[in-house]
Amino acid sequence: MAEIQIKNVAKSFGSYTALHDINLTIANQEFMVLLGASGCGKTTLLRIVAGLETATTGEVWINGRRVDHLPPKDRGIAMVFQNYAVFPHLTVFENIGFGLRMQKLPNDEVKRRVERTAGLMHIEQLLKRYSGELSGGQRQRVAVARALAMEPDVILMDEPLSNLDALLRLEMRAELKGVLAESKTTAIYVTHDQVEAMSLADRISVMHQGRIVQAATPIEVYRNPATEFVAGFIGNPPMNFLPAEPKGRCLWQVAGLDLQGPDTSHPLNFAIRPEDVSPAAEGLPATARIVEPLGAHLLVTCDVGGAMFRAVLDSDLTVKPGDRLTLAPNPGRVRWFNPETTQAVA
Amino acid sequence: MTGSATSQAALPTPRKSGRFLYMASVTLLCAWVIVPLYFLLINTVSSPDTVNNYPKPFLPPFDWSSLQFFASYQGMLSALKNSVIVALMTMVLSITIGAPAGYALSRFEFRGKELFRMLVLLTRAFPLPLLALPLAVMFIRTGLDDTAFGLALVHTTLALPFAVLITFSLFSGIPVELEEAAWTLGCTRFTAFTKVVLPLILPGIAASAIFAFVISWNEVFAAAVLTIENRTLTAFLLAKLGEAPLHLKFAGGFILVVPALIFIFAVRKYLFAMWGIANR
Amino acid sequence: MNPRLLPYILILPVTLFLIVFFLYPFALVAQEAFTAGGGLSLQNFREVVGYWKFPISLRNTLLLAAAVVPVQLALALLMATMVNRMNRGRDLVLYVWTIPLGISDLAAGIIWLAIFEQSGFLNSMMGGLGLIDRPANFLSYQHPMIVFTAIALAEIWRATAIMLVILVAGIGLIPKEYYEAAEVFGASPWQRFVKITLPLLRPSLQTALILRVVLAFEIFAVVAALGGTIFPVLMGEIYAYQFDLLNGGAAAALALIVLAISIAFTLIILRVLRVPKGATI
Repeated sequence: MAEIQIKNVAKSFGSYTALHDINLTIANQEFMVLLGASGCGKTTLLRIVAGLETATTGEVWINGRRVDHLPPKDRGIAMVFQNYAVFPHLTVFENIGFGLRMQKLPNDEVKRRVERTAGLMHIEQLLKRYSGELSGGQRQRVAVARALAMEPDVILMDEPLSNLDALLRLEMRAELKGVLAESKTTAIYVTHDQVEAMSLADRISVMHQGRIVQAATPIEVYRNPATEFVAGFIGNPPMNFLPAEPKGRCLWQVAGLDLQGPDTSHPLNFAIRPEDVSPAAEGLPATARIVEPLGAHLLVTCDVGGAMFRAVLDSDLTVKPGDRLTLAPNPGRVRWFNPETTQAVA
Repeated sequence: MTGSATSQAALPTPRKSGRFLYMASVTLLCAWVIVPLYFLLINTVSSPDTVNNYPKPFLPPFDWSSLQFFASYQGMLSALKNSVIVALMTMVLSITIGAPAGYALSRFEFRGKELFRMLVLLTRAFPLPLLALPLAVMFIRTGLDDTAFGLALVHTTLALPFAVLITFSLFSGIPVELEEAAWTLGCTRFTAFTKVVLPLILPGIAASAIFAFVISWNEVFAAAVLTIENRTLTAFLLAKLGEAPLHLKFAGGFILVVPALIFIFAVRKYLFAMWGIANR
Repeated sequence: MNPRLLPYILILPVTLFLIVFFLYPFALVAQEAFTAGGGLSLQNFREVVGYWKFPISLRNTLLLAAAVVPVQLALALLMATMVNRMNRGRDLVLYVWTIPLGISDLAAGIIWLAIFEQSGFLNSMMGGLGLIDRPANFLSYQHPMIVFTAIALAEIWRATAIMLVILVAGIGLIPKEYYEAAEVFGASPWQRFVKITLPLLRPSLQTALILRVVLAFEIFAVVAALGGTIFPVLMGEIYAYQFDLLNGGAAAALALIVLAISIAFTLIILRVLRVPKGATI
């Protein structure tokens, strides 16, 4: 079994701290996505696990073995790179077989494994070509096949789909998910694309400024964001925030609307996802500013008590800029945050 | 190659007259380079009598007696041999010493990197042949005086900055990702280098080796200072400039030029890529 | 092996080599230049500077550099922009234009000797056109201007190529979009050249100029082949001190003077063509 443990890993470049005290355990066969904006430290963390970067402090364990002092080749990992890193001087066959040749496997075994993984990635017909003769998507397939051919305990992927165009990305995403589930390897996948993260992950670790702010299943991260950052980062359009006034025990007023809320004396922020509001007789008083028909639904950007508020509404509604709406939040989906700590409040 | 990323030049869009002017200038500038070489060729393949007489033919007469005279001139062939030996040594020395440094500059951030770059650049901005003077004394003490190896050492100093900067730019052209991929696929730093970087870099290395060869082949001052008996071709010709007959000078000049033509042809693909990054 | 040590191990050979064959002999030159009669002294410098040929050779060297480098720069810029908009034949033209890159100064001197010597091609041409009755001896004391011109032409012929290569590489790095943007905003071709090519080419111009200016002060073999003793230059004087006069101290002092001039010009070029921080491509 290949469990990955990251213990107290920190990394600084000179005076700049890229990672602060990261602790993360990735279960055997789990698909873990590291999600965050560029510069959040997700790639650095992946490279520390791969052995391409050394942590300033902390330990990395794979399969119950401490590996942070080992070179990449001795860690039982394989990696897929952002720019594919398909060797230009070797054929597709030799690229996929590169790692197997390094292990000095017999020729027929190399051939068997190359052909099997090439079959998995549907590139059997390209084996004699060079990377210069391949499209971006084909190179991507070669890179994945090369990693899978190693039959690694752990597969690491650094934004592998970010250089593909939108349609191809969708196709490769689904395919990757299928192939990796079948291979039963533990995977760490770095991306800045939340849709990719949601669709692939067993668990998502949302990273921000060198810290993991939340590590949970995709639906948990979406429904119950741990901080305002996560709430704003995940979901498109992002969650809405409005200041709430205490009106009594467990009673809060948001833009004139009274709501049941947590029992605390702190001021709070009220939060709701744009799709969790609907027009009703009683609710938040809103003035529509921008109306964007998106086909499946209607995205309305409104003004609620002087703050910006987005609502995703039924596309059958006719709303014009300037219209007054009353938007009722779905009570089960309302979340509360402490504006000082930005942490969620139950 | 950087040259292929052509940007639109800041010259007028071709109108008919402009187009003609443009073609004429290109042709003229080509002629400016080629015609003097053509004159040297005529002189080289003329008999000594023709070379020393007036007026000159404007078509090559293809008489080989000047070249035969050159070949039989006392000391000339051994000078030619010395030139080749020194240039080959310089080539091997400057690449084996320079390429690792080029690799280090392209792949590592380390304390003192800027200082090292300065040291290398400094040598390029320095009238290096001048150093031949004290080295002459040093070589006499160590027994390196008047040897091909001693001169090759000086020429290597001359060629090293180029070798370092050119290999630096060549290595920088190989994505680090390729090496990292090799590491994750079971390579050590060394095997990743030999199996991935080296095959990709080899043509470029050959080009910069040829560059080093030509630097040595063409060098006059240090060669003249450091060799007495074992003169290289340039040093020999320089010493004979005052006394040698014209046909000997021209034949010698021609022999000096031939490797240059081959050199530029061999490295033409790399010339601009080599300078593109090394520049910055 | 400690990976932190690896870069140092890799640069060690070059460093050692440059210490032994560059820094150490440089120190020796300096020492010899400042030593006379067994003690620290400026005697060598006084002797060199006081010699009647010094002002002449200094003037000649500077004049040559002043005549040659600007022409080379203009020519190289012209050639680089021409090559840049060429589609067909680009490789061939570039090959031809860069041939002189591989030609030594001695060979270049000999090539131009074939043109300017008394029985040479210039005389033959002028005779053939009926411009002169009998061949003139151009490379003699009677024609100092022609000697100067011949040397300058040989230098321009030989060493424009290195600038061309650096500039072509530099222009290749300028993204095409800048020109398109400028064209959209109505810049004429000449304005595009002055406002985009030249400023963005500054790092390359810097390299090209430093290399050329320093090498221009080292001019030696071209002069030896064409002008001989008619046209003394600094490097030739160093050679003469060392071999004809056997005065190592004076040769060293003069070498340091050449070095000082080179450094001064390098600093000037760096200053004039400095690129503001963050203004790189």
